[in-house]
Amino acid sequence: MRYLPHTSEDITSMLAEVGVDDLDGLFPTIPEDCRYRDELNLPEPLTEWELNDRMGALSDSMAVSPEYKMFIGAGSYEHYIPASVSNLLGRSEFVTSYTPYQPEISQGTLQAIYEYQTLTARLLGMEVANASIYDGASALAEALLMALRITRKRKVAISSLIHPFYRRVVQTYLEPSGYEIVELPYLDDGRTDLSRLAGMDDLAAVAVQSPNFFGCIENLKEIGEMAHEKSALLVASFTEPLAYGLFKNPGSQGADIVCGEGQSLGIPQSFGGPVLGMFASNMKYVRSMPGRLVGKTTDLDGKRGFVLTLATREQHIRREKATSNICTNNSLCALAAAMYMASIGGTGMRELAKLNYDKSEYLKSELKKAGFKISFESPTFNEFVVEFSAGFEKTYERLLEKKIVAGLPLAPYYPELSSHYLLCVTETRTREDIDALVREVKS
Amino acid sequence: MKESLGTSGLILNEPLLWEKGKKGRRGFSLPRRDVEFSPLNEELAGEGPDFPDLSEVDVVRHYTRLSTWNFGVDTGMYPLGSCTMKYNPKTNERQAGLQGFAGAHPLLPAGLSQGTLKLMFELEQYLSEITGMDAVTLQPAAGAHGEFTGMLVIYAYHKSKGQRRSKIIVPDTAHGTNPASAMLCGYQSVPVKSNEQGILSPEAVADVMDEDTAGIMVTNPNTLGLFEENIKKIAEIVHAKGGLVYCDGANMNAVMGIVHMGEIGIDVLHLNLHKTFSTPHGGGGPGSGPVCVKKHLEPFLPVPRVVEENGKYLLSEDFPQSVGKLQAFYGNFGVMIKAYSYILSMGPGGLKKASQLAVLNANYIKEKLKGVFHLPYDRPCMHECVFSDEFQNADKVTTLDMVKRLMDYGYHPPTIYFPLVVHGSIMIEPTETESKEDIDLFIEALKAIADEAKKNPALLHNAPSRCKVRRLDETTAARKPCLAG
Repeated sequence: MRYLPHTSEDITSMLAEVGVDDLDGLFPTIPEDCRYRDELNLPEPLTEWELNDRMGALSDSMAVSPEYKMFIGAGSYEHYIPASVSNLLGRSEFVTSYTPYQPEISQGTLQAIYEYQTLTARLLGMEVANASIYDGASALAEALLMALRITRKRKVAISSLIHPFYRRVVQTYLEPSGYEIVELPYLDDGRTDLSRLAGMDDLAAVAVQSPNFFGCIENLKEIGEMAHEKSALLVASFTEPLAYGLFKNPGSQGADIVCGEGQSLGIPQSFGGPVLGMFASNMKYVRSMPGRLVGKTTDLDGKRGFVLTLATREQHIRREKATSNICTNNSLCALAAAMYMASIGGTGMRELAKLNYDKSEYLKSELKKAGFKISFESPTFNEFVVEFSAGFEKTYERLLEKKIVAGLPLAPYYPELSSHYLLCVTETRTREDIDALVREVKS
Repeated sequence: MKESLGTSGLILNEPLLWEKGKKGRRGFSLPRRDVEFSPLNEELAGEGPDFPDLSEVDVVRHYTRLSTWNFGVDTGMYPLGSCTMKYNPKTNERQAGLQGFAGAHPLLPAGLSQGTLKLMFELEQYLSEITGMDAVTLQPAAGAHGEFTGMLVIYAYHKSKGQRRSKIIVPDTAHGTNPASAMLCGYQSVPVKSNEQGILSPEAVADVMDEDTAGIMVTNPNTLGLFEENIKKIAEIVHAKGGLVYCDGANMNAVMGIVHMGEIGIDVLHLNLHKTFSTPHGGGGPGSGPVCVKKHLEPFLPVPRVVEENGKYLLSEDFPQSVGKLQAFYGNFGVMIKAYSYILSMGPGGLKKASQLAVLNANYIKEKLKGVFHLPYDRPCMHECVFSDEFQNADKVTTLDMVKRLMDYGYHPPTIYFPLVVHGSIMIEPTETESKEDIDLFIEALKAIADEAKKNPALLHNAPSRCKVRRLDETTAARKPCLAG
């Protein structure tokens, strides 16, 4: 086996040093009734070349871009990733290192994560961002736990227009501790209905997503004001950070904690993971934040350097009193996002966001022209809901055969929205692709 | 002694991203605009992020230079105890990059996602076989996420029996994540001390186990690198009071093909694919922390689960007792690909051999260095061995000084000051992918450092001297945090 460097002479001489006769003799502390004496029932080893064939066959069975024209987003978005980003991200000094506990020998990761924290904070309009959480959903769950800690209350209100899977993860995280979750319904314009908030007490946080699951931009400012009146925090979630290239960021609208999914920033979709939980807040809450933080400092000679800091919040120091149990996070995905943000720049991000917006508006207007109803009137980014005619399932299937994925059917998530589909257009779809989709859904 | 690995070379300085660049530069090929501009609601429009504008060359040089300040497994030996920093095979990276995987959208109809579903289904089966457990979820994103999942499963199990237990037993050698994960489920941790041999005694567990205790979280092999020899007896005690046994499988690299966790009383176990199964750690993730359970806990695993029907693979939500979802989608699929590739490349014999050689390497280091460093538990170890700085304290040299000096010799330091039960601990996990020559050189380096500790302690107090920076002021970093530029 090419990963195991020991020759039989090496093994013999090392065993002699240890004072046992054979490899089996290395396990005297494992009682016989705990020993497994059979062979593992696993496939015989493959050569590198056989593995390539096997994995190639699995990969080839998948429906992916560019062969398929995707108009589906819903928390996982197809965006172009520059070769420079993929290439730099493959540098094994980054890939094969551990969490940077020993700063002198990990300055590459540390500076890069400090830069990631900075760019993330700027993108979201917040003062401080952590080094990452697993994904957008677990980031939201951690944000709500943080709000519950800060306010010492027992209840959170969350919009029904937060990604349905995110809401389920929140449920999983909060249920055993007995916290109450109240869901806020939505209005006809595709935004969260806040009327239920008025009668609520003991509220730790109001959580909304913007752009929301229907692609609509929420009025964060108004929601934040209502939350703050009740001494609750505004938790702003997102699945598409590119939106903040164009629209106001959540920090400028009064959000106290901003958390979401960063996959759009240079990270492959990879069947949903690994992706990037982005998490940001303001300095007054920093000691309640979950996750790793990198800080700037100096070395003995006064030279600039970076270290993991505020570790007293963390599990390896505080054990059960920690702000979270998170240890390994999604650092390499954060690095990808930093590389992507650095490559695209402020000017580029605005232009790319506008292009995404314009392309999805183009599809919207073409569908309207073709007689379809756009379900919600609020402004959207990248995604929007359209109502097709009853029985559209058959058309959807026919389009799949033509290698077009006509969005996500919403009925499984919102039973009242049968025949409604969530469509997504990013910069990867051409006008030709969009025209083809409209032509097909009309016919 | 052979020439030391550590040397000095030309390292380039590199400013922060926003200290370079000029407005109007770009490192990104903006896609062609083939649609008209659309009006935008001015009230909603923002100014766009305050990012620096850099050229592609700026970005490439920036990260290339930063990377040279880092040390990875590909650079050299990385004997970080409890972290299993083994070689991360290159072919695994290739497989994860295949467009059918990297480009896969998670919400397509199952018929269009057979490749990914099949891979997940088979990986679950392989992990079941390796651990001797009955069912597996791949959804948890990391070890601590797996622990939390395991705690949720235990919570759901007791709930299904109409019980709400409030405590969980956690040994003093446990990873800090264990009590923190238990706390998320509302469990109070009850500490239990390991005995003079560094392992748990059945009596100590019996003393605290009662019918308000949900179970025990054991790390086996434990964080002293020792096998918990009394595990079966301990499991009997816990089971007799209706509790469950959780095993933190972070150290599974010692026992693949040697111990079947499912046969020694373990009910729930998490694995770290980024340790045992060779997937890279990425400077702090992404990892993957699958949870394996015995049959009686299968109904509680997270959803969706991959199921097979007539040769087709599907995602099923039809598990009414499930603890729910832990991530938006199905876990860190990109990491699963690498573990799957590793298992297929190694085969059953290769995995067992990996564990044997990991244990051989650790015992070899232990034998060669005992006497040079204090060995608090002089017993056959598993895949890692734990020393302390007791001998060197006489010369006012600490563990920290020694491991900082080790960097100058060209090694990443071992894990230090953990486990907490050993004062000044130095926890060395060489892994099976280090050769005898490399280990011999490492041993020589540590002996040289022990010698320097006697003759020239100042050298150690001032170490490292060959890294990009010298020792950093961590106190000021924490007192006056500067977390963004």
